[in-house]
Amino acid sequence: MTKPLEVPTMDMENKEVLRRIEITGDMLLNMGPQHPSTHGVINFLVQTDGEVMKRAIPEVGYLHRSIEKIGERCTYNGFMPYTDRVDYIAAMFANQGWAMAVERLLGMQIPKYAEYCRIIACELNRISSHLISVGTMAMDVGAVTPFPYALREREFINDLLEELCGARLTYNYLRIGGVAFDLPSGYEDKVQGFVDHFEKILDEFNRLITYNEIFIKRLAHLAPISAQMAIDYCLVGPNLRATGYGFDVRKALPYSVYPEFQFDVPVGRGEVGTKGDAWDRFWCRVEEMRQSCRILRQALAQMPQDREIMAKVPRKIKIPEGTEAYSRIESARGDMQYYVVAGAGENAHRVKIRTGSFTAMGIIDALSRGLMIADLVALIASLDVVAPEIDR
Amino acid sequence: MTFEEIQQRLAAKFGERIGALAPANKDASLLVQAADILEICRFAKDDEALVFDCLMNLSTVDWPKKNQIEVVYHLWSYRRRHGFVLKVALDRAKPEIASITSVWKSADWLEREQFDLMGVQFTGHPDLRRIMLPDDWVGHPLRKDYAEQPQWHNITTTRDNSLEGYVRLDELKKKAADAAAAAAPKKEVLS
Repeated sequence: MTKPLEVPTMDMENKEVLRRIEITGDMLLNMGPQHPSTHGVINFLVQTDGEVMKRAIPEVGYLHRSIEKIGERCTYNGFMPYTDRVDYIAAMFANQGWAMAVERLLGMQIPKYAEYCRIIACELNRISSHLISVGTMAMDVGAVTPFPYALREREFINDLLEELCGARLTYNYLRIGGVAFDLPSGYEDKVQGFVDHFEKILDEFNRLITYNEIFIKRLAHLAPISAQMAIDYCLVGPNLRATGYGFDVRKALPYSVYPEFQFDVPVGRGEVGTKGDAWDRFWCRVEEMRQSCRILRQALAQMPQDREIMAKVPRKIKIPEGTEAYSRIESARGDMQYYVVAGAGENAHRVKIRTGSFTAMGIIDALSRGLMIADLVALIASLDVVAPEIDR
Repeated sequence: MTFEEIQQRLAAKFGERIGALAPANKDASLLVQAADILEICRFAKDDEALVFDCLMNLSTVDWPKKNQIEVVYHLWSYRRRHGFVLKVALDRAKPEIASITSVWKSADWLEREQFDLMGVQFTGHPDLRRIMLPDDWVGHPLRKDYAEQPQWHNITTTRDNSLEGYVRLDELKKKAADAAAAAAPKKEVLS
């Protein structure tokens, strides 16, 4: 068990804090909440001795909007737009998790065509989310050029998703029982065209940054996480896979129509440094984009043609009080889980959203000990935390 | 292992302290006593057949009607690829349970979150303080009977309904129109 916290936080006027820091000769540094490289509004209280950190204590909650409480007040359908705001960079997955949880409560099946629509939208969203992640990570460690490259590609996806559902960020595309809109005409060709174009860009991106000598030297051996530690702290998604442990919800607990696709789960191999280091996490995301392209190709080829986008859903969804459902999906930031308990009326009694970023933040305190301050930025970026997803 | 097998395995170890699985209209779960939770969790992690190496989720549900707060543990075993749900019912007036941070590290933040939003005391937690809300916030928002403070450090927590402004505007327009209508016939009379 770790020792009780030595540096009380938030209350900087507390004389006791200042006194203790004076005695130990350490410096207390506030990093954030408005800091360009903390990926949102997060505060880190860094206790340092020169350039070396003794520990960095994450202070979250600046973006807490009580989405779980809102979920108790809205109807099941009415909560869908709010789930977008859980993770605005990968909103489609938050939609999917909620839709799947309520579908499980209702015990319903959704049409296969709708599942394909969902998967195309989700995999496009996964690519766009990973592009933000790798782009900003490169920028955080000092390579500014790859960021516009990544964002340029993301713009194509934003355009595609805007054509699909009218929104570029908070999609609100999925519905309980299916999806809101059918694919527009000629959409398959456009996605196909994008995938063809994007796979070449990925190779270019690898040449530009992933295997760049300076980039490798900066990130290799940085803050390695062992598989056991990752599981103990409940790290999920690319962060877990980078440790060499190949667990992907799409493969291990198949949902939707994922069993119909061939794809690999990239795992960290310690190619340039230690297994599970920051570079591995970066590389995993780049490879996952390639796998998403593979899934997209297969989804477009195998798509059924019945164009049935919604199952029959009662207009007023009423579920016996106390019924529970749990859904797990592989979001861009890993295993996203919804725990829903049905209430007496038309809304849920309790909604609990377990997100990947939340548990990833918990590990920073343990990893930061002994790191350089500059490496903290790389560590946060490599864990791909998104502030609204932590705070909800 | 299936839920039933896991339940039997736990029952073989703990005897009568392990009850039956919850009824079938829900996802299966197992209700245990609050005093046993640390022991059961440690066994579930260390046992060779169960190996629950990960605490996936920890949530709490408020039931004012039953006067209970339920703490729900979602366990997951990466090694054996099975999951299990443990539940503990606590008294609503004084919810207190032993912390399981010594078993799984991920419990640290998950317990802090439930302490903050639901007000469950996790005894033995190394650093139990609010995580989402400010340290001096009053109340626990996910309680069903939570009433928000009107203000926090002179910042109001509520806001006027912006639609009311439009209603007032409509009323003003109507009043002006009425006044104009009332004024118009007078002119006719005068002329």
